[in-house]
Amino acid sequence: MIPGEFDYHSPRTLQEAVGLLQQHGDGAKIVAGGQSLIPAMRFRLALPEVLIDINTIDGLEYIREDDGHLMIGALTRESDLEESALVQQKYHLLADAARVIADPVVRNRATVGGNLAHADPANDHPAVMLAYNAELIALGPHGTRAIPIDDFFVDLFENALADNEILTEIRIPTPGPGSGGAYYKVERKVGDYAISATAVQLTMNGNTCTAARIGLTNVSAVPMRATGAEQALIGKPITNEVLEAAGQAAATECDPSPDLRGSVAYKRDLTRVVTKRAIRQAVERAQGG
Amino acid sequence: MSKHTITLTVNGTEVTKEVEARTLLVHFIRDDLELTGTHIGCDTTSCGACTVMLNGRTVKSCTVFAVQANGAAIETIEGVANGATLHPLQEGFWEKHGLQCGYCTPGMIMSAKHLLAKNPNPTEEEIRWGISGNLCRCTGYNKIVEAIQYAAAKMQAAEEVPA
Ligand SMILES: Cc1cc2nc3c(=O)[nH]c(=O)nc-3n(C[C@H](O)[C@H](O)[C@H](O)COP(=O)(O)OP(=O)(O)OC[C@H]3O[C@@H](n4cnc5c(N)ncnc54)[C@H](O)[C@@H]3O)c2cc1C
Ligand code: FES
Ligand code: FES
Repeated sequence: MIPGEFDYHSPRTLQEAVGLLQQHGDGAKIVAGGQSLIPAMRFRLALPEVLIDINTIDGLEYIREDDGHLMIGALTRESDLEESALVQQKYHLLADAARVIADPVVRNRATVGGNLAHADPANDHPAVMLAYNAELIALGPHGTRAIPIDDFFVDLFENALADNEILTEIRIPTPGPGSGGAYYKVERKVGDYAISATAVQLTMNGNTCTAARIGLTNVSAVPMRATGAEQALIGKPITNEVLEAAGQAAATECDPSPDLRGSVAYKRDLTRVVTKRAIRQAVERAQGG
Repeated sequence: MSKHTITLTVNGTEVTKEVEARTLLVHFIRDDLELTGTHIGCDTTSCGACTVMLNGRTVKSCTVFAVQANGAAIETIEGVANGATLHPLQEGFWEKHGLQCGYCTPGMIMSAKHLLAKNPNPTEEEIRWGISGNLCRCTGYNKIVEAIQYAAAKMQAAEEVPA
């Protein structure tokens, strides 16, 4: 299927791109990897009048550590994240997710910034970044601002960016000593969106969990944290009972819709299971396992 | 309607053409360049029949606009053989019966080529992982894996024994 007509711009700088966004208002859309937007345009679910391609802007693809943070340029491709030695060594939750996002060919093009900006609860990075307590950097006509991830997802496919703002960077706090993370996803087949998946980043002191953040994928209209599951862990020794309580909490607080991937009851129970598995793996990693 | 003149390299040859902004790279390759080895198997970016190399990385050409390839180097299945000599991957698909209907084969070969460029000696698991963005409805994949193993071995041997 062929998309509707649009005007195409390929700015060389971020300033130029912001200028184009200002000029064209909400009829304009950024295209990054295009792996969500172009399929939507082919089905004419998205009909932007103006497409602003940020692939022609240099300097938006990087993965580096600085000042206690991992900085990821918004245009960084998923395959570069997957292959990054730094990510594999120190950011296990992110490394887990990077290998199960779409398929290898899609990952060569898809970007981390696009995955978040799309604000699709089916995408994997939202839950991951919620668990990491990441910060998103946006550039607009009046300069840059940092948006806490907890404030970024506003509604289904709606984020906190203004029409004239571009997401430029994702900042993840470098996990401290005693911390561990994991992503556990169940999908129907390689390359599919999650039926349910859980992202966990926690800190352990001996066998006691001292801090935890948990994000859930594809079981709510807006990407969500499982705060009930977090509370079931924090301050507790990790026993089978505590794991089960956290899993139950996640199953209760999520809000899945029935679809081809399963019924509500199935998705809730699967959320319980993937949450327990992700926590168990994160605890093992935190304890050096 | 926005039209753009693009210049890119396709299988080593520079081409300049005018395209509509909404023209998908796969349609540009098949209809404008008449390189019909690159196939279209779906509308959902799922099947990988349209896989080509864009600046050395595989992409699904049904999910890139042609105008976005301005200035880029594209390689399609037509650019894989060296004249009349088949590429070891093409030879492997022949020798190991890596195809039945052949619809998925051009995309499979591009994905396998990218995999072997990154990882010349992959395990079976790594091969299966590497082609997981390409669907085959005929072979059950085993013969494709064997074809890629054949190519990897042949390419490794060619590296070791300078001609
Ligand atoms: C077959 C298939 C399977 C997939 N499976 C998965 C999966 O399992 N898990 C998963 O997480 N994803 C999956 N995806 C989605 C894929 O990861 C997308 O690429 C991703 O959701 C969007 O990233 P993109 O760079 O392609 O963004 P685009 O499609 O270019 O853009 C998406 C949206 O974000 C906006 N946008 C993009 N970048 C910016 C920016 N820097 N600033 C402001 N706005 C911006 C665009 O305007 C658009 O509205 C799949 C896609 C396909 C085709
Ligand atoms: S035609 Fe199916 S992925 Fe491109
Ligand atoms: S050989 Fe027929 S689809 Fe693969």
